[in-house]
Amino acid sequence: MKYILLMSGTKGGVDHYQAWSQKEVQAHMAVLHSINKRLSESGEFVATQGLAELKEAKVVRGEKNGIPVTDGVFPESKEFLLGYWIIDVATAERAYAIAGQISAAPGPGGVPTNMPIEVRRFATFEQSGSK
Amino acid sequence: MTRPWDATSEQLLRELAPQVLGAVARRFRDFVSAEDAVQEAMIAAFTQWPEEGIPENPRGWLIQVAFRRMTDHVRSEIARREREAVVAQEAELVVPTVDIESDMDPDDTLILLFMCCHPALTSSSAIALTLRAVGGLTTGEIAHAFLVPEATMAQRISRAKQSIQDSGVPFRLPSPQERAQHLPAVLHVLYLIFNEGYVSSAGAYLQRLDLAREAIRLMRYTKEMIPDSAEVAGLLALMLLTDARREARTGPSEELIPLDKQDRTLWDRAKISEGVGFLTEALSKGTVGMYQLQAAIAAVHDEAARADDTDWAQILALYELLKRVSPSPVVTLNHAIAAAMVHGPSKGLELLKQLDSDSRFGGHYRLAAVRAHLFEMIGDYKAAIEHYRMAATRTTSIPEQNYLMTQAARLEENPCGSDKNRARTR
Amino acid sequence: MKYILMMNTMKAGQGIPNWAGKDLQAHIAFMMNLNKDLRDSGELVSAEGLSFPDQARLVRAGKNGVPITDGVFPESKEFLAGFWIIDVDTPERAYAIAARASAAPGPGGAPLNMPIEVRPVMSAPPPEMM
Repeated sequence: MKYILLMSGTKGGVDHYQAWSQKEVQAHMAVLHSINKRLSESGEFVATQGLAELKEAKVVRGEKNGIPVTDGVFPESKEFLLGYWIIDVATAERAYAIAGQISAAPGPGGVPTNMPIEVRRFATFEQSGSK
Repeated sequence: MTRPWDATSEQLLRELAPQVLGAVARRFRDFVSAEDAVQEAMIAAFTQWPEEGIPENPRGWLIQVAFRRMTDHVRSEIARREREAVVAQEAELVVPTVDIESDMDPDDTLILLFMCCHPALTSSSAIALTLRAVGGLTTGEIAHAFLVPEATMAQRISRAKQSIQDSGVPFRLPSPQERAQHLPAVLHVLYLIFNEGYVSSAGAYLQRLDLAREAIRLMRYTKEMIPDSAEVAGLLALMLLTDARREARTGPSEELIPLDKQDRTLWDRAKISEGVGFLTEALSKGTVGMYQLQAAIAAVHDEAARADDTDWAQILALYELLKRVSPSPVVTLNHAIAAAMVHGPSKGLELLKQLDSDSRFGGHYRLAAVRAHLFEMIGDYKAAIEHYRMAATRTTSIPEQNYLMTQAARLEENPCGSDKNRARTR
Repeated sequence: MKYILMMNTMKAGQGIPNWAGKDLQAHIAFMMNLNKDLRDSGELVSAEGLSFPDQARLVRAGKNGVPITDGVFPESKEFLAGFWIIDVDTPERAYAIAARASAAPGPGGAPLNMPIEVRPVMSAPPPEMM
């Protein structure tokens, strides 16, 4: 069953992240990297992506005279997606376990960030949802 | 002298894969590396043969290529060891391939099937490994069929082989006791492959491999090698009787068409005949297993010229048997539907109550969907609409969701009756 | 250049929209045609729908490797309903595709003009190469 694991943050949160020491960032990245490596080895990895560039983000709402209506305003408090993992696992519990590992990646002072990770199951084109 | 590559060549090549693997694995006593070597030989064949034609002895060609890969692999292993050992071992490696071919055993494919479906493996590992080692499919094809990256699928297969090696499964036919013990696992894997192929949108969307056809092919082979098993015949019957309906299951926009609304002229009568033949054979053996029962139910549906002609009383009796032989929430659900068709929708709704306390199934979308249908039959349209919508939010199947939403909308638009009632009043 | 297009429209407790059958069909057909066109043009990398928000879980690291899961989200939270990943030549093309998806028809056939978030996506190397 495929799941997407979503890591979101706010502008304030990202600013805070940018204040981490280089060592703290490296430690955090190393843990995420080892999670990805283990997922690859276990055959559960489908994809992962970081989406840090909020400057380039746009929101499109329909079109006027054939031209997309866009704006790039993200209020301070609005949550946006920082990154995601797509995994293919046998049970929902396994998906939660992987999300828990991501959430436990260390932050400042080596303390687990405890970030909430949203876990969503994919809808499929299979003709039966009864798995 | 080569033969040109044509429409039947791919099938031929894939049938050779397990035969070649059997020979190489037996000779080198190393299933894990042999399987990799054969996979490489297969890819080489798929690349070269369409261009250069099929060699006169295609099996020998594959064995030679796989053999060369194995010796390369063994040599590079040896290169790391001490000099003295190298000389002694290298002498053993110079063996003509003709020798290997005469070693071949027609049972090899069956041995591989039992190995790849070994209960030590998870279902998804067994499916992936069986499709590659026994089905002769490439990693890329299998990955594409399951919508995962090729690297992911390659890793699953490697790990599956490692599990088999770690479990110490020997390369030989299972003894009669072992066979009786492990056959259910083999049938379960083949059933899952069929199911995966059957419930996936038939090709149009993603050009995916026809897994249902693959499963039937492997199942036919299994039946040839194990002709005396009622459940083997039963599962083959079930696959054919189910696959017979595939053209009628989806509409032009990939929308789902339920059994009672399918255009039965699109059903494959030849497959139905063949399926009924195997079913009769299965039932004549005296035992009653779950695949035979499911096949019998499929046969009753398939033999009705129109939905209204369906012998629901017989189906109900079969589900009553199935509830004893192989109980599950899905069986309970289907039994309730059959009971509704025979004794009225209230009876069906009553039977569904027992599923509410089943924590695994209580919130399942199918329970809500079936309830919706029964509420509609009773004429409680408000409850029907509510349950169709509830089911639509719970299913992860997009075609299913679309179907359920459409039913809810249909009832909303006709608050005084379903289209069935409207038809009757014309 | 790869972009992710995200449709964030679902709220917790939101059921199936109360549309007429015709409008549902039109919406479904619109999305199928969009995806088909993107496939034909070679711009579609993936298109996925997600299951409903009531099945969503929020997971935090727990103690001893046991994650804490709960389904409690803020009332106002808008959930990801689905996404496309596209591979296009210019950002303008990405916005145009997003605009088309956004204008999918709703009740009475009127364009919904759902907000579609467009974010660039880096092509990360697969883990085994990292």
